[in-house]
Amino acid sequence: MTIFTITDLVDWSRAQFALTAMYHWLFVPLTLGLGFICAFMETIYYRRGFDPEWRRTVRFWMRLFAVNFAIGVATGLILEFEFGTNWSNYSYFVGDIFGAPLAIEGILAFFMESTFVAVMFFGWNRVSPRMHLASTWLTAIGANLSALWILVANAWMQYPAGMRFNIETARNEMVDFLEVALSPVAMSKFAHTVTSGFLLASLFVVAISAWFLLKKRQEAFAIRSMKVAAVFGLVSAVFTAWTGDTSGVHVARYQPAKLAAMEALYEGRNGTPLTVVGLLNTDKKHDNDAPIFDFEVKIDKMLSLLAFHDLDAFVPGFNDLIYGNAEHGIMPVSEKMERGRKALEQVTLYSNAMREGDTGELARIKRLFDIDTPEGEAFYNDYFRYFGYGFLKSEDEIVPPIGLVFYSFRVMVGLGVWFVVLFAACLVMLKKGTLVRRRWALWLMLLSLPLPYVAGQAGWIVSEVGRQPWTVQDMLPAMASVSELSYEAVRTTFFIFAVLFTMLLVAEIMIMVRQVKNGPEAIKD
Amino acid sequence: MESYLTYQHYWWFVISLLCGILVFLLFVQGGQTLIYRLSGGDKDRKTLLINVLGHKWELTFTTLVTFGGAFFASFPLFYSTSFGGAFYVWMAILFFFVIQAVAYEYRSKPSNLLGARVYESFLVLNGFFGTILLGTALGTLFTGAEFTVSRDNIASLSGSNVISQWQSPWRGLEAVLDYRNVALGLAVFFLSRTLAIHYFYATVNSNKIIAKSRRPLIVSTVLFLVFFLVFFGGVMLGGGYETNHATGRIWYVAHKHFHNFVELGWLGAGFLLGLVMVLVGLFMGLDRCKNTIWVSGPGVVVTVTALMLCAGFNNTAYYPSLSDMNSSLTVSNSSSSLFTLKTMTYVSYLIPLVVAYIAFVWYLMTKKRESVDDLDDAPEKY
Ligand code: HEM
Repeated sequence: MTIFTITDLVDWSRAQFALTAMYHWLFVPLTLGLGFICAFMETIYYRRGFDPEWRRTVRFWMRLFAVNFAIGVATGLILEFEFGTNWSNYSYFVGDIFGAPLAIEGILAFFMESTFVAVMFFGWNRVSPRMHLASTWLTAIGANLSALWILVANAWMQYPAGMRFNIETARNEMVDFLEVALSPVAMSKFAHTVTSGFLLASLFVVAISAWFLLKKRQEAFAIRSMKVAAVFGLVSAVFTAWTGDTSGVHVARYQPAKLAAMEALYEGRNGTPLTVVGLLNTDKKHDNDAPIFDFEVKIDKMLSLLAFHDLDAFVPGFNDLIYGNAEHGIMPVSEKMERGRKALEQVTLYSNAMREGDTGELARIKRLFDIDTPEGEAFYNDYFRYFGYGFLKSEDEIVPPIGLVFYSFRVMVGLGVWFVVLFAACLVMLKKGTLVRRRWALWLMLLSLPLPYVAGQAGWIVSEVGRQPWTVQDMLPAMASVSELSYEAVRTTFFIFAVLFTMLLVAEIMIMVRQVKNGPEAIKD
Repeated sequence: MESYLTYQHYWWFVISLLCGILVFLLFVQGGQTLIYRLSGGDKDRKTLLINVLGHKWELTFTTLVTFGGAFFASFPLFYSTSFGGAFYVWMAILFFFVIQAVAYEYRSKPSNLLGARVYESFLVLNGFFGTILLGTALGTLFTGAEFTVSRDNIASLSGSNVISQWQSPWRGLEAVLDYRNVALGLAVFFLSRTLAIHYFYATVNSNKIIAKSRRPLIVSTVLFLVFFLVFFGGVMLGGGYETNHATGRIWYVAHKHFHNFVELGWLGAGFLLGLVMVLVGLFMGLDRCKNTIWVSGPGVVVTVTALMLCAGFNNTAYYPSLSDMNSSLTVSNSSSSLFTLKTMTYVSYLIPLVVAYIAFVWYLMTKKRESVDDLDDAPEKY
């Protein structure tokens, strides 16, 4: 099947959102990290009595920041509006909760970032050095604050907390803001995502500095930049791994199907091994007995340990999740679908009763949806919590694309380990003063430049493909979230934006390469 | 209930204010359509114009993003109905804003793939279509659109689950069939050009540019007034929908928007005040007064805010449905929950702080008018 033969609106809508998000994430992590790196460097410049060398260094990296910044902002605008254009039903159903962080992001973070970024670029001779330094810091903080709010919103979709369903408006409504904003998933997602951005930006600086050293140009500048970036990079890489581990624990707890996809786990068991690397057998489906792997390297009990911090913990596989596992209290999906439909039916009954003015019936249904009443609590636990399953047409819809998630996860984690090693080695060599001579090491650093981009994209694939079919976990599947559009309309705009983004990406890379080649010597005071 | 309604009105006010600020800040777009005309083909002067606009593009862009985000959060049903429905219009708006965002940064950089001319044309296209499309889309808040809303759909086990359904296959493009929408689109466009010239008076130190701005200023000012009057007259003469917030019933009222201005005296007075400021600004502009933008700009904010309040206050349906009157959106039937509105209200108390630092930075960065020579000495420029 080629992309041109897809006629499914949901798939095209997914494709359009994925396209925008993936392009967005090519630019944003650099903004998140390079903002801070510029702030560190400018602080050093300020503290060292306005050393002109440091000023040139900061300005060089700021120029690259500027080239990258605008396109991140542009793709972000589209993402925001695509919730409405492509996922309008979703926007209605959860806008009460999801919209709030987005609005707060706009009011609190975007203005900060966009106001001070102008001072940061153009204010060198217009404002005092102190004000300039403050602006650089505020730009970096603003960028990361906006990441916080959008990740809070994303985390809420993966782990819907702090809300209740309102039968009168037929949607979910927020009842506890702090539960939404400070949910553990939101915190670990924020920490993992921004630190991965710091890591990416650090490697960006290290790799470009390595290029200068290989060319034997601007060596003092390159070493100076590398020192800042390697320290920041190592700390960030360690944090990324640590917070990634916490994210994994949350996935195990709240999104077991995603974990099963990450591990290609079909049969759950106690003391589950971790597949370190593996080659998936493409014939394997959940309903046949084909072997899962053509090749694998496993560590016994490791998955149980990582996911539940218990060597003997039970980790469910797809067969448990689809067909149920009474021993471990897992209900079959068919049963969940049945219960979900019952919950959906009540919504329809409520609408009918409204039309007919049947007050008795209205009161009965209202009580069911009021979790503070005993009936409400029972209805919630027995039926409403499976609301989203009511939309599913078949039980295997809960299985996300396993191969994509499985491989992406390994790419991300594998690279994560590599980055720790790389930054640590870089620092050691810098300290010993041997780096400039070790051309192979400089080459490795330079060639690693694309890798954090790959890792970041892989991370989002794990997170977003892995949670399919849900836009809101267990509450709303993608097929009930889309706008009523023709797939042709979405396809057309998909291609228009695909061409536009690609063109702009190529332009950005060409401009960046040219700026790097011009080097800090091209910067006039 | 009473207090819920108050919050709903408060948030309609915030949306209206953001819309007012956005229309004011569209001077950036208007200015982009004038870069060739006012520079008279001189490269340095063109660069100067692009630079003084470039220091503000982010602000307009961010206001657009925040306007969208705040609309989503406070009136999610509007977001899902209009954005999901008028798909082509919103996609076109997005397209024309994306090309703007990169144009400033990439235009003058070497190896920029497309060449400076193409990025400049992005700026011009954004200036034309960004303003006209946004204005036309705003017009539908008064003139209506073809949609239906049925909340029952969400639970449908057989039919479509989509709550808001658009009834026209043109997905929003049909708005051009109502002359009032087009008139508002064009009014916003010519207003943005007028304001841009006012802005140049405050920020550009170049006699040649100022001299060249006279004719386009007069033309834009006059055309703005003509198109605005067409829109305004059309809306005042036309009807609108009224609702009872308690029962949710909706009915037709002739000259609804006119009544709103009369019945809410303060709103009518506010609108007139804004209009007078705009008119005074327009006259000051014709005199090339440096401070014009500080009269016409706030005048636009006040006028547009008042117009938006007129669309949603006084029990008016702010998004009338032409397909099914009862599907029309009002502040009470389309808003977020009381809890969400309250929570966001606390956040909105920080808006004055945000406005204050923006104003402070604006002041710092535009303390003196900029000339071609200044630009030559600037460490960074677009
Ligand atoms: C070193 C070990 C790492 C581990 C154990 C790890 C773990 C994870 C997990 C479990 C998720 C899914 C979270 C969810 O679905 O909620 C995730 C997502 C993600 N990862 Fe990693 N990761 C690691 C390294 C990296 C690296 C090196 C990068 C990039 C440089 C990265 C970038 C991302 C991104 C962008 C996401 C998506 C956003 C999110 O869900 O947090 N990760 N990671």
